[in-house]
Amino acid sequence: MPKDEGIGASSKRREDLRFLTGKGKYTDDINLQGQAYAYFIRSDVAHGKINSIDTSAAEKMPGVEQIFTAKDFEGVGGVPCGWQVTDRHGEPMQEPKHPVLAEGKVRHVGDPIAVVVADSLAEARDAAEAVEIDITELEPVLNMKDALKDGATKVHDDLTSNLCYDWGFVEENRDAVDEAIKGAHHVTTLELKNNRLVANPMEPRVAVAEYDGSTDDYTLYTTSQNPHVIRLLMGAFVLGIPEHKLRVVAPDVGGGFGAKIYHYAEEAFCTFAAKQVGRPVKWTSSRSEAFMSDAHGRDHVTKIELAMDKDGKFLAIRTDTHANMGAYLSTFAPSIPTWLHGTLMAGNYTTPLIYVNVKAVFTNTVPVDAYRGAGRPEATFQLERVVDKAAREMGIDPIELRRRNFITEFPYATPVAVEYDTGDYHATMDKLLEMSDHAGFEKRAEESKKNGKLRGFGIAHYIEACGIAPSNLVGQLGARAGLYESATVRVNATGSISVMTGSHSHGQGHETSFAQVVADMIGVDEAQIDIVHGDTSKVPMGMGTYGSRSIAVGGSAMVRATEKIINKAKKIAAHLMEASEGDIELKDGAFTVAGTDKSVAWGDVTLAAYVPHNYPLEDIEPGLEETAFYDPANFTYPSGAYGCEVEVDPETGKVTVLGFSAADDFGNIINPMIVEGQVHGGLAQGIGQALVENCAYDENGQLLSGSYMDYTMPRADDLPMFKVDHSSITPCTHNPLGVKGCGEAGAIGSPPALVSAVVDALQRGGHTNVTHIDMPLTPDRVWAAMNS
Amino acid sequence: MYDFEITKPGSIADAAKALGGDDAQALGGGQTLIPTLKQRLASPTTLVSLAGLSEMVGICKDDDGRLCIGGATTHAAVAADGSYPGLSGLAAHIGDPAVRNRGTIGGSLANNDPSACYPAAALGSGATIVTNAREIAADDYFKGLFETALEEGEIITEVKFPVPEKSNYQKFVQPASRFALVGVFVAKYADGVRVAVTGASEEGVHRWTAAEEALNANFSADAIAGLDAPSGDGMINDLHGSGEYRAHLVKVMTGRAVAAAA
Ligand SMILES: Cc1cc2nc3c(=O)[nH]c(=O)nc-3n(C[C@H](O)[C@H](O)[C@H](O)COP(=O)(O)OP(=O)(O)OC[C@H]3O[C@@H](n4cnc5c(N)ncnc54)[C@H](O)[C@@H]3O)c2cc1C
Repeated sequence: MPKDEGIGASSKRREDLRFLTGKGKYTDDINLQGQAYAYFIRSDVAHGKINSIDTSAAEKMPGVEQIFTAKDFEGVGGVPCGWQVTDRHGEPMQEPKHPVLAEGKVRHVGDPIAVVVADSLAEARDAAEAVEIDITELEPVLNMKDALKDGATKVHDDLTSNLCYDWGFVEENRDAVDEAIKGAHHVTTLELKNNRLVANPMEPRVAVAEYDGSTDDYTLYTTSQNPHVIRLLMGAFVLGIPEHKLRVVAPDVGGGFGAKIYHYAEEAFCTFAAKQVGRPVKWTSSRSEAFMSDAHGRDHVTKIELAMDKDGKFLAIRTDTHANMGAYLSTFAPSIPTWLHGTLMAGNYTTPLIYVNVKAVFTNTVPVDAYRGAGRPEATFQLERVVDKAAREMGIDPIELRRRNFITEFPYATPVAVEYDTGDYHATMDKLLEMSDHAGFEKRAEESKKNGKLRGFGIAHYIEACGIAPSNLVGQLGARAGLYESATVRVNATGSISVMTGSHSHGQGHETSFAQVVADMIGVDEAQIDIVHGDTSKVPMGMGTYGSRSIAVGGSAMVRATEKIINKAKKIAAHLMEASEGDIELKDGAFTVAGTDKSVAWGDVTLAAYVPHNYPLEDIEPGLEETAFYDPANFTYPSGAYGCEVEVDPETGKVTVLGFSAADDFGNIINPMIVEGQVHGGLAQGIGQALVENCAYDENGQLLSGSYMDYTMPRADDLPMFKVDHSSITPCTHNPLGVKGCGEAGAIGSPPALVSAVVDALQRGGHTNVTHIDMPLTPDRVWAAMNS
Repeated sequence: MYDFEITKPGSIADAAKALGGDDAQALGGGQTLIPTLKQRLASPTTLVSLAGLSEMVGICKDDDGRLCIGGATTHAAVAADGSYPGLSGLAAHIGDPAVRNRGTIGGSLANNDPSACYPAAALGSGATIVTNAREIAADDYFKGLFETALEEGEIITEVKFPVPEKSNYQKFVQPASRFALVGVFVAKYADGVRVAVTGASEEGVHRWTAAEEALNANFSADAIAGLDAPSGDGMINDLHGSGEYRAHLVKVMTGRAVAAAA
């Protein structure tokens, strides 16, 4: 039965009222008294040596406060990387310096060289045009394989090569995998690219910083998914500001998708410059700047081999991937192609032997880091595509081949170091086939044929590891941070509740779903609860939102803190009713004594906590406020079956997505409507990647897709009406809510389903030589494949 | 944007005078020019706004039955008119409602973007471009990418379209911009068929004469099916499609335009 409030209810998103009426308060809405504006002068070449920067004429221009270059940052740290990967030989990765402003060399189009701070943006831009910069262009490093050849031009002169690391996983399995592949009945091989993407949140990045000389306090307002992480990285590694002197606020944030996790040079610059110029400094990214300065996503080139016995049982998987790091290491970049990618290579299958090799490569392109799914879409894509190809080569139905290899017993320890706690892959597959009317497909395909179109159906079954992550484990894997989450539950005297969460909402609806959990636990109205996030001066040290971790980790912290509140409130209630604590029950917002009609309301207990006239002061302290830090015991493992139905116009190669069904297992569900919305968004981005999105550079390292004239975002009319189901539930066994997380699934499971659907359509149309097309499947590429 | 002045003249004559000033530039609907200014890719000192000139807004028929469209008439107005279905259909698919409610036919033809739609209609209809100084036949007007026969400061006041018996525009969109990756305008007149192609060629909008000849003999999609696609050499080759692909699309879109012509 649908409920109207609490866990399981589709409560309307309370934050939408302010968002939809234009009353959200985003960073760009924050204007500080006397603020100056920063304008970044960025490299227009991919690779070059800076011979000179002459700011003398520009400094005299109207309104100019100061012009900054690298020499103003001597003694200031570089933008740090938060993860150190150890390579196959036990050596640490190569880690170049990432200066706030380019030192001596520019390394990608968009690399900041100098900044003009002026009274207005227009004056800053005018002065920027008067800054004379002399650069000698160097050969750009663009192709990853060429970048690793002996004698290749280096992106960083002080590194030994363009190789960041050569990672093997699980290294001890390398020889056994080679043997298994050699002796297998059949090996299916697939070479593919996972296309580079630009996250494109609706709100571009913004930073506004101020410095108070009387107290030596800094405040930075910034578009971040994790203000505490920014405080730590920027304070400790770049500017040397102790945490108690630095407040970081991420107010309403208009989408992140990963690109707003990282610490960026621009926010460090504004914080630094605010003190230097003695007034607040603001920077607002233009959309053009966003294309060349927000971290990009994906960009892997992979060869995967799948070895099978004669019945199609998977024996071994070997992969060889080149992962583009771009010009510098963004905050979490090294972890994406390794620990968030290699560990997922078992998928839903019982493959006993797996070896993943990843070479991370520096190139003269924008840094690449996590984008919705981060590593897991790359793993899922190659695995599900190779399974699809294998089914064709083996003459086994792709659904049947998957079923033959599904993991059915849990917990299941994979050969790639993770242990799945629960799942039921046959159940999600069954659900998908029902939702997508798979049985009726052949008939629909006939109809299409009559209309001169080719119809195809593609399937993917994904697994992801989210609820990131057990701190001790990630520490062993090279993380330079813990990945717990925090919550403070502050009950006010009259019974209303403020929850300060370390998770950050930038579109996910936490203000609604988090309130539902606490309302449910205590039995008060959701309206009595406020969710506070995004301000390091209000919220305990938290790690923020990414990796589908908010409800699984942040929600768990909140549950733990609320449990502490309930325990203490019961003690107070026991005192008020002169009963023994063990007999107190909390139901519907009232405390009762079991087996009696004695009762005391929530508000009476909370008032007593703050007006402790009649109160067990000898046993407990006044007040009702508790904090919990939750460190997960394991990742969570959402999984699901995705099906895509397409029609291809054989004359033009245009793909129309006719249907998309998603049967997910997210464990327990707090708000079904919000979950559905998250899946819709993920599907739109996954279909976007597979169908239209493409971040491309030309041979000079110029960004070809540097604006919406050339970078295609998926639009409503590119997408079908989605069918979404999350009724297959195997609750997570190790967190208190039994939740797994749903934020990234849509973007992880959908690309291989779409590509397989198009390949299926072409195969059915007689193009039997087409076994794969690289994303995005734009009409010209599909047409070229048909005519190859 | 750099600073600039803006004037709103009351007549075409005043507008022409204002455009004679140093670095003055006409402003139509601003749908191309304003983004260009924002990126500081142009720096006129004065913008001369044409949108409010009632002499240049509106649609009527002249004595020869030609559809006469004022140079400052919006795409939305042309889309709503309907007396030349091929032309109204084309206008209805330019950009989005905001673009159509602002953008003007004069601005589009003056700009002559190689992927724009209106140039195909003007060339495909053998239209006459009327300026404050003269009349220019469409065949003489388009001079390549973003180049036209217009002199500095010359204003498109009106465009006269002979109305064909049948017409249609087929636009295969570039997925990001949704301008034409390839657009083909087909118009059948009593004295012959015209086929104009936009989006495809490095030379800008052009006529596909082989298709015109075939259609003059037999106005049917089959006539196009029997033709070779034009050569891919000289066709635009970019992120969104090779020259060969564009050439192929020219043929496919021409066939579809003929089949759909009404
Ligand atoms: C999001 C978007 C999508 C679009 N999609 C399409 C599309 O699908 N197909 C398409 O064809 N176009 C498209 N356009 C372009 C649109 O049609 C523009 O309106 C048009 O190209 C320019 O017309 P304008 O009136 O806005 O001219 P402006 O931008 O004002 O001016 C453009 C140029 O023409 C000059 N000019 C303006 N009016 C005159 C005149 N009467 N005489 C002489 N010179 C003049 C100006 O000085 C300037 O150089 C799109 C634009 C946008 C913003």
